[in-house]
Amino acid sequence: MIRVLDGGLSTTVQDDGRFGHYHIGMPPSGAMDQYSHTVANYLVGNDPSDATLEMTYKGCDLRFEEDTVIALAGATMAGELAGESVPMWESVEVEAGDELSMQFATEGARTYLAVAGGIDVEPVMGSRSTYTLVGIGGYDGRTLAEGDTLAVGDADTGGLTGRTTPSNAVPSYDDSDPIRVVLGLCDYRLTDESREELCSEPWKVKADADRVGYRLEGVDIEFEPRDQPFGAGPDPSNVVDLGYPVGSIQVSTLPIVLMRDAVTGGGYATVGTVVSSDRNLLGQRRTHEEVYFESVTVDEALDARHEEQALLDEVRESLA
Amino acid sequence: MTTFTIEAPMPGVFYRSPDPEDPPFVEVGDSVSAGDTVALVGVMKNFYDVTSEKDGVVSEIIAENEAEIEAGAGLITLELDD
Repeated sequence: MIRVLDGGLSTTVQDDGRFGHYHIGMPPSGAMDQYSHTVANYLVGNDPSDATLEMTYKGCDLRFEEDTVIALAGATMAGELAGESVPMWESVEVEAGDELSMQFATEGARTYLAVAGGIDVEPVMGSRSTYTLVGIGGYDGRTLAEGDTLAVGDADTGGLTGRTTPSNAVPSYDDSDPIRVVLGLCDYRLTDESREELCSEPWKVKADADRVGYRLEGVDIEFEPRDQPFGAGPDPSNVVDLGYPVGSIQVSTLPIVLMRDAVTGGGYATVGTVVSSDRNLLGQRRTHEEVYFESVTVDEALDARHEEQALLDEVRESLA
Repeated sequence: MTTFTIEAPMPGVFYRSPDPEDPPFVEVGDSVSAGDTVALVGVMKNFYDVTSEKDGVVSEIIAENEAEIEAGAGLITLELDD
């Protein structure tokens, strides 16, 4: 069992997502950076579907009531375990009674804490992920707070300590790296100039960007004038309702990238979709940092996904 | 006189008061004790209490109310008690 001494700014239980309910309006939730979540799980011998703690901007303080093995991956965050500095991207032995104290993220936004056996909260609709907007899943559907206690799944921790991530598999969170997008479904609604600017001008992450959506600011986006069809609202950014792909860039006047807790459909024009592998990097982009979109084809998006999967396979095999 | 600058622990928006209708946590000339809340940083619709690590008197409020700040930005300067 783990006791929460301080929940940090926003710490939630997350796994690989809640699937199969999108059509009834239930978003997937799950770790914003699935890559780091998965590596943290591999380091402690878990499956990617096991639940980790997602700590955002400021980490939590915990007391472990049992011997176990933990790993931290994702945003660089200084921490102390039983008074000793804790390495990132490496599995670390924990003894019953040890206290972990995490500081602020210095590079990236979200750090994942995996525990051997996984965080064992009751699954809701097939997932342990927290969807705070409606208060389901995870720990009571909310962020962690002082006094909460988390159960841990059974695990054989033999030989799990001191396992490290290959250096080529530790990502960089440099905000000059482009975020790849596939244009569509509604980019035809943009003026030619705005479609061009979407993928050439810098965008800046606003302070209210969260797990629901990443609000961006930059140049004003403009739409081709038209007589709005029946069923679309009066605003030029309105279309007849459609499903919003996860990662889609919804535009009213400024873009919002819909993230893992977002609404699943509606009538705003979605002008592009961030490819799955780069959603992990976008989830690590900090408030006020820049975002550059780069337009890619669907084939290039699939290649990016396969490359990321190959890298994760390499990490898993290196630990076997 | 020794001075000490309270820095932003994370990026976000700097707020001098707990609510727009409320007075600021501190003004220049106010005494603060270690652990006192002196400002808020808002990020992702969460608000983090910025506390003073030291006892002292507020000599300068560096950041503007509701300004966007980066992690490590100087927020408030104290003249420390001797």
